[in-house]
Amino acid sequence: MKTKSMLLGGLAAAALCVGTTGHASAQMSDGVIKIGVLNDQSGTYADLSGQGSVFAARKAVEDFCKAQKCEKIEVVFGDHQNKPDIGAGVARRWYDVEQVDMIVDTPTSSVAFAVNQITREKNKVFLNSGAGASDLTGSACSPNLVHWTYDTWALAHGTGSAIVKQGGKSWYFLTADYAFGHALERDTAAVVEKMGGKVVGKVRHPFPAQDFSSFLLQAQASKAQVIGLANAGADTINSIKQASEFGIVQGGQKLAGLLVFITDVHALGLKTAQGLTFTEAWYWDTSDANRAFAKEFAAANKGNYPTMVQAGVYSAVMHYLKAVHALGSDADGAKVVAKMKEMPTDDKLFGKGTIRADGRKIHDLMLVEVKKPEESKGPWDYHKVVATIPAAEAFRPLAEGGCALVK
Amino acid sequence: MTSTSRRASGGAGRNVDLIVFAVLVAALLVAPLAVYPVLLMKVLCFALFACAFNLLIGYGGLLSFGHAMFFGFAAYVSGYTVKTWGFSTELGILAGTAVAAALGLVAGVIAIRRQGIYFAMVTLALAQMVFFFCLQAPFTGGEDGIQAIPRRPLFGLVDISGDLSLYYVVLAIFAAGFLIIWRTIHSPFGQVLKAIRENEARAVSLGYAVDRFKLIAFVLSATLAGLAGATKALVFQLASLTDVTWQMSGEVVLMTLVGGMGTVFGPIVGAAVIVVMQNTFTGFGEWVLVAQGCIFVLTVLLFRRGIVGEIVAIARRRAAAGEAVGREAPAGG
Repeated sequence: MKTKSMLLGGLAAAALCVGTTGHASAQMSDGVIKIGVLNDQSGTYADLSGQGSVFAARKAVEDFCKAQKCEKIEVVFGDHQNKPDIGAGVARRWYDVEQVDMIVDTPTSSVAFAVNQITREKNKVFLNSGAGASDLTGSACSPNLVHWTYDTWALAHGTGSAIVKQGGKSWYFLTADYAFGHALERDTAAVVEKMGGKVVGKVRHPFPAQDFSSFLLQAQASKAQVIGLANAGADTINSIKQASEFGIVQGGQKLAGLLVFITDVHALGLKTAQGLTFTEAWYWDTSDANRAFAKEFAAANKGNYPTMVQAGVYSAVMHYLKAVHALGSDADGAKVVAKMKEMPTDDKLFGKGTIRADGRKIHDLMLVEVKKPEESKGPWDYHKVVATIPAAEAFRPLAEGGCALVK
Repeated sequence: MTSTSRRASGGAGRNVDLIVFAVLVAALLVAPLAVYPVLLMKVLCFALFACAFNLLIGYGGLLSFGHAMFFGFAAYVSGYTVKTWGFSTELGILAGTAVAAALGLVAGVIAIRRQGIYFAMVTLALAQMVFFFCLQAPFTGGEDGIQAIPRRPLFGLVDISGDLSLYYVVLAIFAAGFLIIWRTIHSPFGQVLKAIRENEARAVSLGYAVDRFKLIAFVLSATLAGLAGATKALVFQLASLTDVTWQMSGEVVLMTLVGGMGTVFGPIVGAAVIVVMQNTFTGFGEWVLVAQGCIFVLTVLLFRRGIVGEIVAIARRRAAAGEAVGREAPAGG
């Protein structure tokens, strides 16, 4: 018995020495531009990204090929189940085995960081639309990444400064008690105070939480004009629902969501969500081109309208294809991204914009307020655009991010 | 289950085990030619995790519902020590494993005082405490996790930055862990453990310090779960909250059940089935969870002993039919 186990041990040890040669690096483009939509297909973020993002990517390819001659372009998709190891596994397999050239979308910041790192290692392209982490263009920035649609810094600052400008001077924060919530609260509080507002108090709730009543009552009792919800996902939905039960908005206080999507409003219903104020990068009912896109999108997606994340996927894929065509090759990821940064962006959904050296895509944002039920005229007619945040002030200044690519 | 242990304790069973294991390792040595190495590494990490879990439930009869705390926390520790403190790869893995062992000792001392569902609940509660600690502690990076953990050369010599070379390291770690478990099961210690599983009161009456045996088994299981977690952190170069959630504790139960609880190779098969399914079905989106649920239901309904358990049972029934009539019939299960 002993000799046998020793033999096995020796075998394994010998194996250690054999396998030291690494993988050969990626080959030249294989004649196909392969786009991988990696997002949540089944969980919390499936509505705001999911199959809708796949549709958006395919639509971008279709529109691109209508406008000019194009070679073979394939779109594949995968579910990262919001788990970084699954997402990283899919990304590695796509790059190593299935010759995917570019990954797009990818909500959930932990997955986005993992994919960002792998993309850099393999010299491919990562266009993030779904994740909010502003560190993607800060300490984790990469020459292979463009962060397209929004980030938490932009949403917190946009919502914070626009509401203070409108007269919402005193704030009370309802914060999820973990790193993400703290960061959101800190960023928003900083801009509120800079604009001359005042933070009168804050309460931290456990993450995840079901019962917000005691926290909401404290917020109500604070008499602050604005209650900032420094949380996300189910916590935001639950706190808004329960705030509606306490009649907080009807009582004259304003709810400011720091990370809210139109699908959240849809899930809550206008009766519950009315008066909620937050920042969007894109809203379907703002131009004819957007409305036409939304109509087509809804027809293909069970009547759901596109979110800013899905619109961002369209816009990102479109610009990527333009850059690849200008370059004539998709083989070198860093070169493609450099080309994307060099060319100004212009597409029917996001209009004109630019991409900064740190990989941040720059465009206008808008502050929206959720309509009252009687103001809504049709399906998904949810937002009133109350202010536009010009591109120049919408995103974190280049020097403050701490990105190593910025000299 | 009774017959499994009786049979496995015999010399023939052991030889069969080792031959199967040798074939398995030989197959795994050439597997990267056909299968993507990162997927294989993931399977191996989870297989070791499930084997460690199986040591506790399959042989000790202790259902822990908090094994993710050892798996996930060891991943954090090895990730942090390698990335921030600049530990070498082998030291990082050792650090993660050692911390898991210490955590296992603390959790074990508290949990083994209770039996059955109370034991499971105590481990679950402790695992949730570890989860909230990981959520709040600044060193874990919150929900972003620890990312970009470097793959430094092993012992300063062997380059493991390539997936293929790392695969053989992971295979060696897995083989070592598996042999430790196999040795434990077939040692006198393992015999006592099985005796405790079958009838704790009788083991006490025979003069065994039952609590001490359970504690040692618990710590050993936690240590190996930690080894699996620390290795996984290295493979994916990240450590995240997913690995410490209670869902992960549930997933390892699922792997063990699908493969065959209380069989030596069951957890490996179970881990392979679940991991491969999660990876290949990613293109099917929301159907992954449905498929996973269906497979679980089918396993429970159709072959309750698990895949390997069922194969073993069939083989044994054949063997029993061949043997002379009048012998003691094998227990059905």
